[in-house]
Amino acid sequence: MSPTDSKIMSLPQAVARMIRPGDSVALSCALEGLIPFAASQEIIRQKIGPLTLIAPIANISIDQIIAAGLAQKVIAAWVGNVSTGIGYNFRRAVEKGLPCPLEVIDHTNFSITLALEAGSRGLPMAVSRSPLGSDIALNNAHFKKFTCPHSGQALLAVKALNPEVALIHVQRADAQGNGQSWGASGFTRQAALAADRVLLTCEEIVDSEAIRSDPERTLVPGFLVEAVCEVPWGAHPAPVQGYYDLDNDFFVSYAQQTRDPEGARAWLREWVYDLSGRDAYVEKLGPETRNRLTVKHSALSTPLEYGW
Amino acid sequence: MSGYTPAEIMVTAAARQIQDHELVFVGMRLPLLAFMLAKSTHAPGAIGVFENGVIRDRPAAAPIITMGDCPNQTGALKLCGLEEVMSLLSRGRVGLGFIGGAQVDVFGNVNTHRVDLPGGKTVRLPGSGGGADIACLAGRLLIIMNHERRRLVPKVDYITSPGWGEEPNWRTAQGLTRGGPAALITSLGVFSFPQGRAMLCSLHPGVSLEQAAAETGWELESSPQLTTTPAPTDQELEIIRRFDPNRFWTK
Repeated sequence: MSPTDSKIMSLPQAVARMIRPGDSVALSCALEGLIPFAASQEIIRQKIGPLTLIAPIANISIDQIIAAGLAQKVIAAWVGNVSTGIGYNFRRAVEKGLPCPLEVIDHTNFSITLALEAGSRGLPMAVSRSPLGSDIALNNAHFKKFTCPHSGQALLAVKALNPEVALIHVQRADAQGNGQSWGASGFTRQAALAADRVLLTCEEIVDSEAIRSDPERTLVPGFLVEAVCEVPWGAHPAPVQGYYDLDNDFFVSYAQQTRDPEGARAWLREWVYDLSGRDAYVEKLGPETRNRLTVKHSALSTPLEYGW
Repeated sequence: MSGYTPAEIMVTAAARQIQDHELVFVGMRLPLLAFMLAKSTHAPGAIGVFENGVIRDRPAAAPIITMGDCPNQTGALKLCGLEEVMSLLSRGRVGLGFIGGAQVDVFGNVNTHRVDLPGGKTVRLPGSGGGADIACLAGRLLIIMNHERRRLVPKVDYITSPGWGEEPNWRTAQGLTRGGPAALITSLGVFSFPQGRAMLCSLHPGVSLEQAAAETGWELESSPQLTTTPAPTDQELEIIRRFDPNRFWTK
């Protein structure tokens, strides 16, 4: 590898370079796991907005961007806190326009995945039967009911989505940004292919030969990736298979602390603005929490023969 | 182990709806426990499909809070993405799907989007997630909800997950080719949906019909064969508590 091939950057550098005001950003693509919290919080630290946020299960990473006043639109199937239900900043933004008004385009998990899949294929729409009969498909510019010209069935034409950026966290990547992940992937594959550019964060940068030893594990090929950043604990408090499990206490205390706007501002100060970066965040978590979450019951996969 | 919580009898009643060897679309919260209970008792051959992309035929390796937790992926049959598991639903391969919600009406339509309060205020809720997909596409829909008058309402403020609409042919008219609510399991009893309308078919032990009627926002109809929901057995409670040791979901 020549040094110019490397896509390795620091996270602040990658965020500053790749995220622009007005962008639509897909994140939290794998649902409950592998949430790119380090990247979403770096966006908050750099105060880049307004943004359109695209997610299936828009977990508290999105609630935090809303709290920081950087979101103008959310396109999602669900917005909240997976451990406790309600995302209070999301509610305040929709109900009261605080800290700023928020437009919401409602989807389902399936329809938003199909919208990105259509985007990944360069097509203007996807076809789905769900959510026929749901109010989600009514008065929503992203859904049009039509009659199938082949079968005569009623179906929905779902408008394609092509985000400007996809923020994706994986377990490991090489310097060229070939990102490997194991565990459920939600709509990560579709988001990476539909987006104009991919910002990849990973727990570890590994040698390219490690990637090539198990090529089917590559979820995001490096040619789609503009920057790769090594960020250990980059998805905390979400789980990352093989590295650390869900920090449920963190989700619960986030819910308790963000019930009112003052609490939400204090939370952002404590966990984002007052920290210099992700290293300081990991330091603040402390060894006890980190130890509580790391893998204690090893389950290795059996090596495969990829020779000839 | 004679005492149990309303959540525990809801989990038990939900687990009993799972048939052996069927594909079950498992939602968050109580359904996670119901699937693990069914797997550990009468439905060892059931296969759980989770919307994030987990397909597994064993209970999780350790207690979990969300379907994305590490022990729910260890020992899975397959780990993939949303598109693949949702295609199983869309293709008609999933027998049973579970959902919860904030409001349900007499036709089994479920609302997880917004509640309109008197005086014009609106409370915004998280939304569908995979709920609407399950309600549209699963073979049978099972709804789990606390039994309160503000939740069991005559008409939901917003149909997130379509049930029987407003009459038996409504689903077909919408373009839905299968499915519909089979049961509503509440903290007070279990409803079925003959002719697309909720009918109370069992009351949990110690619950009176008057109590259920008072907590139901529509005119409660009960089955002529109204029974008592079997209480969770000691074995069932032991299994539920093994998977929810801190009583996070079943307090």
